[in-house]
Amino acid sequence: MKDYHLTHLKELESESIYILREVAAQFEKPALLFSGGKDSIVCFHLARKAFAPARIPFPLVHIDTGHNFEETITFRDDLASKFGAHLIVGSVQDSIDTGRVTEEKGFNASRNILQTVTLLDTIEEYKFDACIGGARRDEEKARAKERFFSHRDEFGQWDPKNQRPELWNLFNGRKNMGEHFRVFPISNWTEMDVWQYILQEKIEIPSIYFTHERECFVRDGVIYAHSNVIPLKPNEKVEKMQVRFRTIGDISCTGAVLSKANSLEEIVEEVAATRVTERGSRIDDKRSEAAMEDRKKAGYF
Amino acid sequence: MTTTSEIKPPNSDLSGYLGMDLLRFTTAGSVDDGKSTLIGRLLYDSKSIFEDQYEAIRATSEKRGEEYVNLALLTDGLRAEREQGITIDVAYRYFATPKRKFIIADTPGHIQYTRNMVTGASTANVALILIDARKGVIEQTMRHTYIASLLKIPHIIVCVNKMDLVDYKKDVFEKIKKDYSDFVSKLSKIDVQFIPISALKGDNVVEPGTEMKWYTGKTLLSLLESIDITHDQNLNDMRFPVQYVIRPMSHEYHDYRGYAGRISGGVIRKGDAVTVLPGGQSSKIKSIDTAGGMLAEAFAPMSVTITLEDDIDISRGDMIVKSDNQAETTQDLEVMICWLTDKKLQLNGKYYLKHTTKDVRCVIKEVQHKINISTLEKVEDDKTVGLNDIAKLSLRTTASLVIDKYEKNRNTGSIILIDEATNVTVGAGMII
Repeated sequence: MKDYHLTHLKELESESIYILREVAAQFEKPALLFSGGKDSIVCFHLARKAFAPARIPFPLVHIDTGHNFEETITFRDDLASKFGAHLIVGSVQDSIDTGRVTEEKGFNASRNILQTVTLLDTIEEYKFDACIGGARRDEEKARAKERFFSHRDEFGQWDPKNQRPELWNLFNGRKNMGEHFRVFPISNWTEMDVWQYILQEKIEIPSIYFTHERECFVRDGVIYAHSNVIPLKPNEKVEKMQVRFRTIGDISCTGAVLSKANSLEEIVEEVAATRVTERGSRIDDKRSEAAMEDRKKAGYF
Repeated sequence: MTTTSEIKPPNSDLSGYLGMDLLRFTTAGSVDDGKSTLIGRLLYDSKSIFEDQYEAIRATSEKRGEEYVNLALLTDGLRAEREQGITIDVAYRYFATPKRKFIIADTPGHIQYTRNMVTGASTANVALILIDARKGVIEQTMRHTYIASLLKIPHIIVCVNKMDLVDYKKDVFEKIKKDYSDFVSKLSKIDVQFIPISALKGDNVVEPGTEMKWYTGKTLLSLLESIDITHDQNLNDMRFPVQYVIRPMSHEYHDYRGYAGRISGGVIRKGDAVTVLPGGQSSKIKSIDTAGGMLAEAFAPMSVTITLEDDIDISRGDMIVKSDNQAETTQDLEVMICWLTDKKLQLNGKYYLKHTTKDVRCVIKEVQHKINISTLEKVEDDKTVGLNDIAKLSLRTTASLVIDKYEKNRNTGSIILIDEATNVTVGAGMII
């Protein structure tokens, strides 16, 4: 018999496409949470493959903190118009203006945690019953416990100690009114898999993933992009650095890395050689050992 | 073959990575047999742990006054797990070597161990079963082996751990090997291999070490890298459960009607004569479509979209098979069930049932017997089925299912039961 076997990237792709089609089949009103980061870009690419030659049967939802890298927003809008995708933006600024949330104060103030309220409000407004996200289990230890189909109660909460077991390829999306699911099609992918896949598929990504010169400053060992959303402390000085971003969140919680990587091949080599996790440059995870678990329980991504 | 990428990577490392395959394994062991340490060791010695992760667990170990860096801390992700020093739920870990990518389903040893092990085992190619060299084959070992055999995990690796505590003696290892082989001969045929290791010191995990010159076999990592998994999928019996119907309704694809799904077994080729079950209509495969173009053939577990020569009524839950190799269509099933929840199984109760892409309801007609998984004996006098119990059931479904026996195909032979009131997944079943 011929040697029928798939490479690991093809097997992961096949699994993710299966999950995406399962979402379209089991839910009435799904949405794809789209941040403009590499993981959500890969999810979008997989969704295009899953439903070709038809269009993706759900809208993209971006929860916008208002503190974005300009390049990411341009990329998001270009992608939506190029593929005719329906884009819905939930604005954290609106949540602040209407008094739904209160802005943090101080040098390390971030809108990261405020996103949860905007996200849950957006889900309620549009009555989404399944939100597809690009979270991966290798990213963070609380996420290592996450299911593909993750049940959320009527308050949007995750109960990690009481999750539905997932066996074989049988995914249970049953729920009561007012509850919803978060679905993570690339759960089993690692950072390396994502970069390799972007390389293999020639997927376009925002320019700030590649090396560029940028005005930055260093705080607590993390390189921050200088912008008007993070006030400088008196001793901090801005200098030009050759950097790129390994992960993209909003400006206030995303650290840059010194890098000369200018192509996908060079990024893959850099990721292979690196000895620090990508979330090492995410300030949002550094607030406590259980920072991610606590945010997830409250309904975060 | 159309599965390789079109890009030629610039150096050999990259082409190696793009050519790797994927192996899923699960770990089973009792409390304190060093399972978390072994996983930590595999990750650490294969350089899959990052410096910031290592620094975090080093600091925690030191704070707790532990002598070694406690590699078990790597796998405990939830606050309650760290506080109580226990593992609550299945955790998934990832690492890769230049040969393979690995997915570990790390299942806790004590609380709800059957439920968790069954979950981890359901998709595994390999089960690692740990035995403490000082204790030998114990009741837990037999339970884990039984579950691995019930779930039809194709390969078992028995790791005789803590060899450092028995002075690395060969006769200790040989005695355990013999005891285990005697036990496993009672079960259906399984591919079993044995390795003497010390997860704490690292002997025979990634590197051979210096203390067991008498062992000439492979290290654990080297074995995991080389086990042949190409025959773990059923490639003989073509099964295509229709998952989703693609109708673009666009000008360009005006009449397009594609059946999307993941091939659950066998190989599909353009031109194959097929039958759609349970309806029984016949047609031919007109095309096998992917976003990257049409394929001449496709095989399990690929996700593809197929079109047929004839315009017939097909929807989600139907199964496309080759006309000369059909699956069984039935409303009456016999299954081995593993019960996953505290609320007991209700005899004559009704449940939602999921099988491939089909959703039906079912009624539990009979509990034939339970299995005592320590002695493997049938229990006929007590038929209450509660958490972690394994039992043989007869059930009847509201509509026909297209099935294979689980031993023939893990995808078309498995079901889950869902509680109609709570929507919780309560049972995992294997069709016999």
